[in-house]
Amino acid sequence: MDIIAAQLVNGVSYGMLLFVITCGLSLVFGILGVLNLAHGSLYMIGAYVAYTLTTQLFENFWLALLIAPLIVAVLSLIIELILLRPTYHLGHLSQVLLTFGLAYVIHDVTSIIWGSDVLSIPLPSFLSETLHFFHQEFPAYRLFVIVAGVVLASCLWFVQEKTRWGAMIRAGLSDKEMISALGVNIKLVFTVVFLVGGYLAGIGGVIASPILGLYPSMEFQTLILALVVLVVGGLGSIAGTFVASLVVGIVETFGRFLVPELSLFLVFALMAVILISKPNGLLGKQVIKH
Amino acid sequence: MNRQVFIGIVAVILLIAVPFFFSLFYLNLLAEILVLAIFALSLNVLVGYTGLVSLGHAAFFGIGAYASALLAKEWSPQFLLILLASVLIAAAASAVIGLFCVKVNGFYFLMLTLAFSQMIYSFVHQSTTITGGSNGLSGLPSPMLGTIDLSNPVFLYYSIVLVFVVVYIVLGLIVKSPFGHVLIGIRENEMRMKAMGYNTALYKYIAFIIAGAIGGISGALYSNLNGFVSPNDVYWTMSGSVLIMVLIGGAGTMIGPVLGAAFIVILETIVSSYTTVWTMIIGIIFILFVVFMPRGLVGFARLFQKLAAHRLPISQKGTKPLVNNEANQ
Repeated sequence: MDIIAAQLVNGVSYGMLLFVITCGLSLVFGILGVLNLAHGSLYMIGAYVAYTLTTQLFENFWLALLIAPLIVAVLSLIIELILLRPTYHLGHLSQVLLTFGLAYVIHDVTSIIWGSDVLSIPLPSFLSETLHFFHQEFPAYRLFVIVAGVVLASCLWFVQEKTRWGAMIRAGLSDKEMISALGVNIKLVFTVVFLVGGYLAGIGGVIASPILGLYPSMEFQTLILALVVLVVGGLGSIAGTFVASLVVGIVETFGRFLVPELSLFLVFALMAVILISKPNGLLGKQVIKH
Repeated sequence: MNRQVFIGIVAVILLIAVPFFFSLFYLNLLAEILVLAIFALSLNVLVGYTGLVSLGHAAFFGIGAYASALLAKEWSPQFLLILLASVLIAAAASAVIGLFCVKVNGFYFLMLTLAFSQMIYSFVHQSTTITGGSNGLSGLPSPMLGTIDLSNPVFLYYSIVLVFVVVYIVLGLIVKSPFGHVLIGIRENEMRMKAMGYNTALYKYIAFIIAGAIGGISGALYSNLNGFVSPNDVYWTMSGSVLIMVLIGGAGTMIGPVLGAAFIVILETIVSSYTTVWTMIIGIIFILFVVFMPRGLVGFARLFQKLAAHRLPISQKGTKPLVNNEANQ
């Protein structure tokens, strides 16, 4: 029983990690209809910037957690203004291809700046300890990740359900033409959403990198996991993303524990089964019809 | 039509003449272009003609490559036998995967093909005893054509040219046939094709199997050409690269994917001899193509021809981004 409980905690924390990584992707997809294949790259930039901040400038993880996502957000603002805004008329699939090209570009830019060695981010001392309770040892950082995931999910839920911006976002989700006819500047909404998506990717990068590490092509591995979570949860649904993150995290962790040689396979098999049996995902709405 | 046949014959003669005039380096470069051109042509059946954008085509390339490598190691180094077996295995795999994938459209097709290819990647990557895991398989025996040893690069090159020409002609006939026209109809408007009584799911399924089988051919040739296979050949970035080749060259044309493959391989070779950042340059070029030349190199050439012949105004149809037809469904 104890081992299963410990694995469950690992699974939940891994799931929360996936949620932090994916929620920005899900938000952007839900509102802009853009499957941002550069999301993993934004995540990677967040991680590398945090690395530079913590190792070269000041040895403070929290400051990095504050600053790195802001830098990524500014970068995604630039991307939206220069690359996406002039090309929205080309259609959704063109956007997928554009962001894919962008991922290629960022891949090389980061390897020029940070090299291709495997790097790691030092943790603040109290997060690298292990905690004891229920006769079990839990790495403090894993518990921190769970808390961070839950806090982030609550914030997103609060913004979406209780604020004016959230109302606009929900309206934009169901009918873009109608909301722009009502006088909402939909272009501005798009820009802000993409910026927030980048910010969330940056947070994901900082929080995940102490566990998943920093290495070349990390963005492609992360992106693929994020896509799995996105599809399993249902395209464009934050609640679905949350549930799917937990499911995928737990399946992956238990898969690695029980059948290590099939763990990755299991995750993609889960995704295929969901896509075939429930094409809209666990909690997805029939929003995007194309 | 006759002009096309004439150009084709000239192209084949040029391909045959290459080993007499160029060094081994260029011969290998050309062989790699032809192999990847077959790969791009196979994806083009889906992306260009049927309007199904797949991000998992590396699955069939990888299956072909691994099947060919394992068969060469365990069974027989006979080139044609291996090729045939690899194609059959790739076709069988695409028959199974296609069963699920053709039921969905647009993003869902993209994601489902990705899911299946990543399943195959994880299998290849994690079953170390059969596939060598992350090390891949190396030291493959050199292929034999009867009693001719294809370790001679010139003979191997000619075998690849032969396979390429056969694939090109067969695919060209397929897309020009009534079957090919149904595929184009599905790309333009699937609802209408359904209303006309076509079983579009069946047509898409057959297209998926054809694409998978020919993807398997290119994978098998690739492992023969390089003498090794690695899990990178199955990873989804490989699917992305071939998609870039198809779209840069010009989806929905026969020559486009070949030009795209040549363009990318040559660019990679030239750029990487000067700098290590060729991925970045490919990325930038790809973005420019998506924005400014959505019809690819072929579309650009046609536009240029029309401009030169003063046949203005240029019809909007010719410049419309091909990928959007699929997105609008």
